[in-house]
Amino acid sequence: MEWSRVFSFRRFGAIVAKEFVQMRRDRVTFAIMVAIPIVQMVVFGYAINSDPKHLPTAVVSADHSPFSRTLVAAMQNSGYFRVVNAAATETEAAMLLEEGEVQFVLNIPEDFGRRLVRGDRPALLLTADATDPAATSNALGASRLLVEAALARDLSGPLAHLRSSPPPVSLILHPSYNPEGITQYNIVPGLMGVVLTMTLVIITGLAITRERERGTMENLLATPVKPFEVMMGKIIPYILVGYLQMGLIILAGRYLFKVPMIGHLGLLLLVSLLFIAANLGVGLTFSTLARNQLQAVQMAFFFFLPSILLSGFMFPFRGMPVWAQTIGEVLPLTHFLRIVRGILLKGNGLRQILPNLWPIALFLLVALTIGLTRYRRTLD
Amino acid sequence: MTPSEPIIDVRELTKAFGNNIAVNRLSLRVRPGEIYGFLGPNGSGKTTFIRMLCGLLRPDSGEGTCLGYDLFKEAERIRLQSGYLAQRFSLYEDLSVRENLRFMARIYRLPTVKETVDETMERLGLGRFADQLAGTLSGGWKQRLALAACLLHKPRLLLLDEPTAGVDPKARRDFWDQIYHLTAEGVTALISTHYMDEAERCHRVAYLAYGHLLTSGTAAEVIRGAGLFTWTVTGENVHRLSDELKGRDGVLQVVPFGHTLHVSGRDPDLLAAALSGLDPTRFRCEEGEAGLEDVFISLMQNPGGD
Ligand SMILES: Nc1ncnc2c1ncn2[C@@H]1O[C@H](COP(=O)(O)OP(=O)(O)O)[C@@H](O)[C@H]1O
Ligand SMILES: [Mg+2]
Repeated sequence: MEWSRVFSFRRFGAIVAKEFVQMRRDRVTFAIMVAIPIVQMVVFGYAINSDPKHLPTAVVSADHSPFSRTLVAAMQNSGYFRVVNAAATETEAAMLLEEGEVQFVLNIPEDFGRRLVRGDRPALLLTADATDPAATSNALGASRLLVEAALARDLSGPLAHLRSSPPPVSLILHPSYNPEGITQYNIVPGLMGVVLTMTLVIITGLAITRERERGTMENLLATPVKPFEVMMGKIIPYILVGYLQMGLIILAGRYLFKVPMIGHLGLLLLVSLLFIAANLGVGLTFSTLARNQLQAVQMAFFFFLPSILLSGFMFPFRGMPVWAQTIGEVLPLTHFLRIVRGILLKGNGLRQILPNLWPIALFLLVALTIGLTRYRRTLD
Repeated sequence: MTPSEPIIDVRELTKAFGNNIAVNRLSLRVRPGEIYGFLGPNGSGKTTFIRMLCGLLRPDSGEGTCLGYDLFKEAERIRLQSGYLAQRFSLYEDLSVRENLRFMARIYRLPTVKETVDETMERLGLGRFADQLAGTLSGGWKQRLALAACLLHKPRLLLLDEPTAGVDPKARRDFWDQIYHLTAEGVTALISTHYMDEAERCHRVAYLAYGHLLTSGTAAEVIRGAGLFTWTVTGENVHRLSDELKGRDGVLQVVPFGHTLHVSGRDPDLLAAALSGLDPTRFRCEEGEAGLEDVFISLMQNPGGD
């Protein structure tokens, strides 16, 4: 059998070239694809960059020594905390925290002053509403030093020996509602996966439905071009778009938001190919299933929602119920997030990311198979 | 395949969409070098039939060959040697004329893309629009581009689905000139159309209604086969006569043509009698010949015949 009856590079090349020309002509779509990463960076960037101050704080104090007063004053002065209720009861404080009225509750135990002086290293409990970790992490980070510095002034003269290590109090930080305690740096790498998922699935979702709606499919089907050539030809140009978006996010992450990138960037770009292809594969499959462009967009959206919610981007993965984790494990974004964070933040190499690489490959394979079998060779 | 073997030879071809039988047991032969006209009202199954020929739709039943290749098993080969012009413009509106043609030439893996594209543009006079976006062309030029696109690979069979719909008369005439040139070179063409003058330009015609083939053959054969006798009536306000004449014995149909009426019937004596009562000072009656249009109209009104 003649090889060209199965696959022809010339036909494939013709599709690629055509898609590039169409992409160049469709300025609006192209602009949107470039704008989305930028807009997202700016929107999320506020959450990342802002160093929230004056966070409402309640104090539950069972101690009336000058030390507790010093502590509360020092917290106020740091600018991070704004004490809105200096004499709350346990239950009041719990309620305030639950309702989101306060971001922090500081618990000062009974006899705090006396035990401090005795060198007992009394415990202070700082509970944070860490649903939005970006909001509390800086304040939490500052609190330890703050407490020590504040007490250092009071612990002078005969009490000076208490200033040496170990610290005079043990500060217990309790970030509630967010067991994993995502740090701000998680967001930029995560955004990369989110933007790619969002734009690439939609853009290719429209690719074949558009040919159908505009009637050009009729012409295409009457020619000798093969489904695989059409599918691949449509994927290639958008892989480049995907890389363009990644480049934008990496640059912004690095120079605007100063996200540390300790891993190998080349490795990241290489493995991203798989993730980009997986998303394009999903989009193409949608576009073979959808009857019109609206349906294709809706399908893309229904794919995007679980991706963003269950992948660990929005909520910490380990905090989700088992069923949600199971769905999450199927989605390419989940694995890509782990890979990106692994490479950029932890400096992972190929060996460490491998367990997250093959699920994406498998996903791509399944998506392409469905797409190819669903690609109708006729107009029936 | 010998030269006399039919280019299209289908038997009992059937295609249904749900309960709607779009093409019903249609049998048809088209000879090499022929221009075959395909007529019928909207929704009669012309597009569906043509799509089955070029492999765009899979027939439910029946059998047949196209260019000597089996319709069911060798669609790939049929695609390579036939050119299909869809009813709706189906090239890329956001590509220029040249880009569209280049794309098609590469899809057909032609050895000399540039030369073939230039040559085809030259031949169809598309040269001056080479860099214009297809979407900005007028209807006539769009159709010409579409024709160019399906000529690139030098097909032996052209399947043209209403190629001249919505095209001005001059462009229509040019289009037909092209078709005559091509068939003179040995290309066979199957053309669906609504225009009677175009039907008369075809070597053979077939008339389709509700998926059924009602008649086929040369224009003379079709007219003879219909057994229709037609008189023309001219005169002042002749249209007012229409309803009156329709009620008379022996009158099957009355069709207005400009300032004349075509009155047809199957029995020449009855028809003559029916017209004899008209005031000869006001109306002039002449025995004429039934045209294709009279025949088609009678087919539409009495699809079962009598
Ligand atoms: N893709 C389709 N799905 C469902 N019905 C169709 C489809 N294409 C055509 N039909 C129906 O088949 C019949 C024949 O249509 P068509 O072949 O387009 O007629 P024509 O080209 O003569 O106007 C019509 O009743 C039409 O509604
Ligand atoms: Mg039609």
